[in-house]
Amino acid sequence: MATLELRDVMKSYGANAVVHGVSMNIDEGEFVVIVGPSGCGKSTLLRMVAGLEEITAGEIAIAGTVVNRLEPKDRDIAMVFQNYALYPHMNVYDNMAYGLRIRGMSKQEIDARVRDAARILELGALLERKPRQLSGGQRQRVAMGRAIVRHPKVFLFDEPLSNLDAKLRVQMRFELQNLHRRLGVTSLYVTHDQVEAMTLGQRILVMNAGRAEQIGTPAGIYANPATTFVAGFIGSPPMNLLQATVAADGAALSVDGARVTLPRPVPALAGRSVVFGIRPENLRLAGSDFNFEVVMVESLGADHLVHGRIGRQSIIVRAGADANPGSGSRVGATFDAAAMHWFDPATGARLNA
Amino acid sequence: MIERRPFLTFVRHAVLIAGIAAVMFPVYVAFVASTLSFDEVMHVPMQLWPGHHLLENYAAVIAHGSAKGSSAPVGTMMVNSLVMALVIAIGKIAISVISAFAIVYFRFPLRQTFFWMIFITLMLPVEVRILPTYQVAADLKLVDTYAGLTLPLIASATATFLFRQFFLTIPDEYAEAARIDGAGPLRFFWDVVLPLSRTNMAALFVIMFIYGWNQYLWPLLVTTQESMYTTVIGIKRMIPGGDAAAEWHLVMATAMLAMLPPALVVLLMQKWFVKGLVETEK
Repeated sequence: MATLELRDVMKSYGANAVVHGVSMNIDEGEFVVIVGPSGCGKSTLLRMVAGLEEITAGEIAIAGTVVNRLEPKDRDIAMVFQNYALYPHMNVYDNMAYGLRIRGMSKQEIDARVRDAARILELGALLERKPRQLSGGQRQRVAMGRAIVRHPKVFLFDEPLSNLDAKLRVQMRFELQNLHRRLGVTSLYVTHDQVEAMTLGQRILVMNAGRAEQIGTPAGIYANPATTFVAGFIGSPPMNLLQATVAADGAALSVDGARVTLPRPVPALAGRSVVFGIRPENLRLAGSDFNFEVVMVESLGADHLVHGRIGRQSIIVRAGADANPGSGSRVGATFDAAAMHWFDPATGARLNA
Repeated sequence: MIERRPFLTFVRHAVLIAGIAAVMFPVYVAFVASTLSFDEVMHVPMQLWPGHHLLENYAAVIAHGSAKGSSAPVGTMMVNSLVMALVIAIGKIAISVISAFAIVYFRFPLRQTFFWMIFITLMLPVEVRILPTYQVAADLKLVDTYAGLTLPLIASATATFLFRQFFLTIPDEYAEAARIDGAGPLRFFWDVVLPLSRTNMAALFVIMFIYGWNQYLWPLLVTTQESMYTTVIGIKRMIPGGDAAAEWHLVMATAMLAMLPPALVVLLMQKWFVKGLVETEK
């Protein structure tokens, strides 16, 4: 039995549907990340699991019990908010103890749990302070502490690292991973940052415009994106997606007239118009499977991102630090057969060839 | 940029001192008058330094009132005023904070209609509705009672509106976090909303207390016995109409006494405001 089951969950405001039938089973102890651009419905989905939004259709079950009609406090969940939502007039200890006090737990039990969470999160010295006397990272840890002391079945995270600066985010990602390894509680984590999704998630649910585009492991999604949206969303810099027509013999592509020789022919797609996907790191500035004109070179220190144009479409190649073609020059590039991705231009769905 | 021209500093201070003097001078004159004897106060021009009858006058007024005008003891009237002001202030705040909470945090039919109805009463001062209010109070036998003094004035659209505006600035996340923590609406109200409203309540307490203390028309209508008069009424009644000379030194003593409690309330609440303003950060 999965800890968290989403069965065809839908949400609409009046006639306006914002989440269309999402289904997923999450196992005990799994860390699942819901990722997608702003407005895709991921926060709404999380809030439906939490009980803060009503579920228009479908079912959500936690540990086998359907929770559609249950209040948040009866669902055995705990949530960490983007803005921490710490009660400003209570100190750290009281913030963490509040939920437990309402449940009527004994003072000793509350004290034991709060101090335990404080120890895990290294908040011991801060228990008497008020939230305004804490830094952003400390506040986020207090928010996590408040969730931990509840010993819930599911942790819900709503973009918790979005309000932190870049360096702190990296540190907190590491702490979150440690926490999950230590506590092993099923977690549902919402973010718009695909880096967080790739590093934290054991499985990822990619959402777009209220629909689940793909569910899979980070490696799986990276290697085999199911749609052009997922292909372009996961991975930085994004996968090159070129509108092309496959030649009649299936051994080459025409990208706005420019010819691209394929390392392995695709007779199944011969003559079709397709979207050809190839990741920047899978392109090498050598040989001449195809040629393109360099527009700009961005230096990242360890690599160079070579931006170019093939036909009328742009392309990015991740090259080593030594490659530095001048702007305006024509360079050749090659790629491996295994790195090719094919998508239907009308639906965006993956094609297998 | 701070200019360091001594002449300008002098002018600045002179203007400020002049302003304060203009405001404080009448109060000072009243104070001086309250320390004089009857002959000294009737003397024209009245002396501008305090006399020697301070304790005598205040004691007389608190115990007996003025002989020539109303003879109600000011002590009793101060108590009446105090009860009225306190009940009105606390009552207004209590009622408004609950109404604002309902309007902001709950969805119920006609919610907006109720809010606008409350809001519209802001445009109706007490005086406009004074006759029907008196009729109702008389019918309910509230004349000459503390209930009659306070109840008709105890609902406040201003306070409801101010609390509503404040509650709208409280982030929704607190309510959601509290909901997940298991707090019901009233628990949330008591544990989270009220503590956050402390500064607002302190500010409104001062305003409402002074409002209640200074009420003249309504207490005048609803009280007929001298034992129920408020201080403000008392001051007026000490000044006899017609040719009789008022005992101005006693009248001024009463006026000084009337100014004391509001001033004290403002001074005490100052500390709270500043504390609240300094501490505010969500």
